[in-house]
Amino acid sequence: MTPAELAERDLSATASCCGTKTVSAPAGARKVVLVGNPNVGKSLFFNAFTGLYVDVSNFPGTTVAVSSGRMGDDVVLDTPGIYGVSSFNDEETVARDIVLEADVIVNVVDAVHLERDLFLTQQVIDMGIPVVVALNMMDEARAKGVHIDAEGLSSLLGVPVIPTVALTGAGFDDVRHALDAAAPGVSDPGLQERLTALAAGTVGSRPAALLALEDDPVVGARHGLAPQGLRDEVYMDRRRRVNAVLAEVVSQPDLGHSIRDRLGDALVRPLTGLPALALTLFLMYQVIGVLVAGRVVGFTEGVLMAGYVEPFLRDLIARVTGTSGPVYEILAGEFGVVTMTVTYVLGLLLPLVLAFYLLLSTLEDSGYLPRIAALSDRLMTTIGLNGRAIVPIILGFGCITMATITTRILGNERERRIATALMAFAIPCSAQLGVIIALLGAAGGAVAFAYAVVMVLVFGLIGRLMAHFLPGRSTDLFIDLPPLRLPRPRNVLTKTWHKTLMFMKEVTLYFAAGALLLSVLNLTGALVRLQGVLTPLTVGWLHLPADAATAFVMGFVRRDFGAAGLYDLHLTGTQILVALVTITLFVPCIASVLVIMKERGKAFTAFAWLGSIGLAFLVGGIVAQIAGLQ
Amino acid sequence: MTLLDAKRGRRVRILRIEDDTCRAQCTRFGIGEGAVIDSAETLPLGPVLVRHCRQEICLGRGLAQRIRVEEVAPA
Repeated sequence: MTPAELAERDLSATASCCGTKTVSAPAGARKVVLVGNPNVGKSLFFNAFTGLYVDVSNFPGTTVAVSSGRMGDDVVLDTPGIYGVSSFNDEETVARDIVLEADVIVNVVDAVHLERDLFLTQQVIDMGIPVVVALNMMDEARAKGVHIDAEGLSSLLGVPVIPTVALTGAGFDDVRHALDAAAPGVSDPGLQERLTALAAGTVGSRPAALLALEDDPVVGARHGLAPQGLRDEVYMDRRRRVNAVLAEVVSQPDLGHSIRDRLGDALVRPLTGLPALALTLFLMYQVIGVLVAGRVVGFTEGVLMAGYVEPFLRDLIARVTGTSGPVYEILAGEFGVVTMTVTYVLGLLLPLVLAFYLLLSTLEDSGYLPRIAALSDRLMTTIGLNGRAIVPIILGFGCITMATITTRILGNERERRIATALMAFAIPCSAQLGVIIALLGAAGGAVAFAYAVVMVLVFGLIGRLMAHFLPGRSTDLFIDLPPLRLPRPRNVLTKTWHKTLMFMKEVTLYFAAGALLLSVLNLTGALVRLQGVLTPLTVGWLHLPADAATAFVMGFVRRDFGAAGLYDLHLTGTQILVALVTITLFVPCIASVLVIMKERGKAFTAFAWLGSIGLAFLVGGIVAQIAGLQ
Repeated sequence: MTLLDAKRGRRVRILRIEDDTCRAQCTRFGIGEGAVIDSAETLPLGPVLVRHCRQEICLGRGLAQRIRVEEVAPA
């Protein structure tokens, strides 16, 4: 990514996309910022410091969640886990801007992985911001025979170092008390001289001066400084310094491989990893597809909504408008804005999305996701991506809109285009998937198998073609594999709740708009006429009933609406296959189109949108012709 | 030789990383130029796993090919 692109992305971060807001603090309050590597237990500190009243918001323009809360007169801000402050990815960009505003930093470090964590510690010390180091996971370090001289570390770094065990809360009070004693630590005198000069000049502040000196393109651009190629030098000096500190205060035995390490290894080796992945996906399907999409939705949509809520709403609306006339029809008719939206959003989508994010957060918290990335790297390179892209693609099965924003974790624009196109064309989102699985369940195993084969073929083909024709070169995988661990329920539930809420807030309006569109089309007779116009396509080419056109019209609004529209058509097995292939490949929902436009630009969006219509009918038709021959 | 050529389980010293971003990221992890690491696993045609001080890092093939290493005697 070029500095200009980065700077632009930085600017776009001020325009929020879907009901997000900036982190704010009352004027004059001291800003305490929690900083640390991923998976070091920062959130436990945050929870302990701020209590129940926490404000979680997505940082503008990103999927990165930032929590803020109060601790006495102070404001406490949590930042995403990072290995260093810079602009390599969204997490760093978000953390960077919060750190630049910090009054005091609590740096949580993992005592077991100090070689890695102290680099960030030394970097914030070099920035000249007062720091307290929370030396966390001391219990684990002790169990592994790692001995750390905390006092020695404190005097070498020049900042308070407090041993803690976040799981039990040991040391939390000491960290809180140490905040007043936080001081700028010991830094390289030569480096500080340079920073003093820069800070006194155009940059104005020491933290920003350090980032500019480290060739950070965004911070550099803000202050009109071009990268000078000094990052390597500064980084190497810091690494040497950190290693020297470590040599004095840490002694550790070279331990063998634990059972947990071996399990982690097994998950990335194809021979054992692939069956484990297949099992995981099968279990996810059992939970989402069978349990939730079948039984839970059967109850929430079929019994709760259709049996109680909808009649109640109809009755309520009828009292005001009467049961005849267009207003009643629009609000509570066949595609009623009120009835259909409530049923689909609460009865169908909510259980599915909730289940999906619950499983995804569990996978995320366990440390399994990066291992799936390592395992799938080889396969992903054949379609011009690397293993990291498995994350947005798995997310795409939840919600294409969110997954499209997540493509920012990919290395360059070429990869982001490929991943976005794959999702826009060929990945059904959780809402659609629920309906698809229910329909496939009714059609039987052979149809389900044929559907899977067609979709995998199309997916691979799109990837190959895009990798072949898009210019440039894709980046390589570089990913840290955290130790496996049992997911912590509180973490998983918080994440699930936050993500589900964001999703529901976003989709409800689109559902209502879709229902309104259909109602109006229906009332004006346009729907019947449209069905007539589309007959050659639906009946002639796809061999589907004429009503299927309604599903496609609805599919323009949301694909799952389209899939849901197929529900009531009483199709044969072959027709189900054709209809599902077509609707899966059909245009992404309006919300994703808007996000794709924002992330990838108008030309790409037009390509994806028109291309998906063409591809849907082309592939659907081919399947219909082949299936019709038998 | 490159990291890709390093055999599984061997200890190697990193001599040169021919990629700017990767070099910076490796330095943060403590596996920058001059560091001694263990090659834990080379997946068939897939990425390379290296181990250093209880950390595991997975590098794509393309990157592993641009990291020059020399074998050192195991400790």
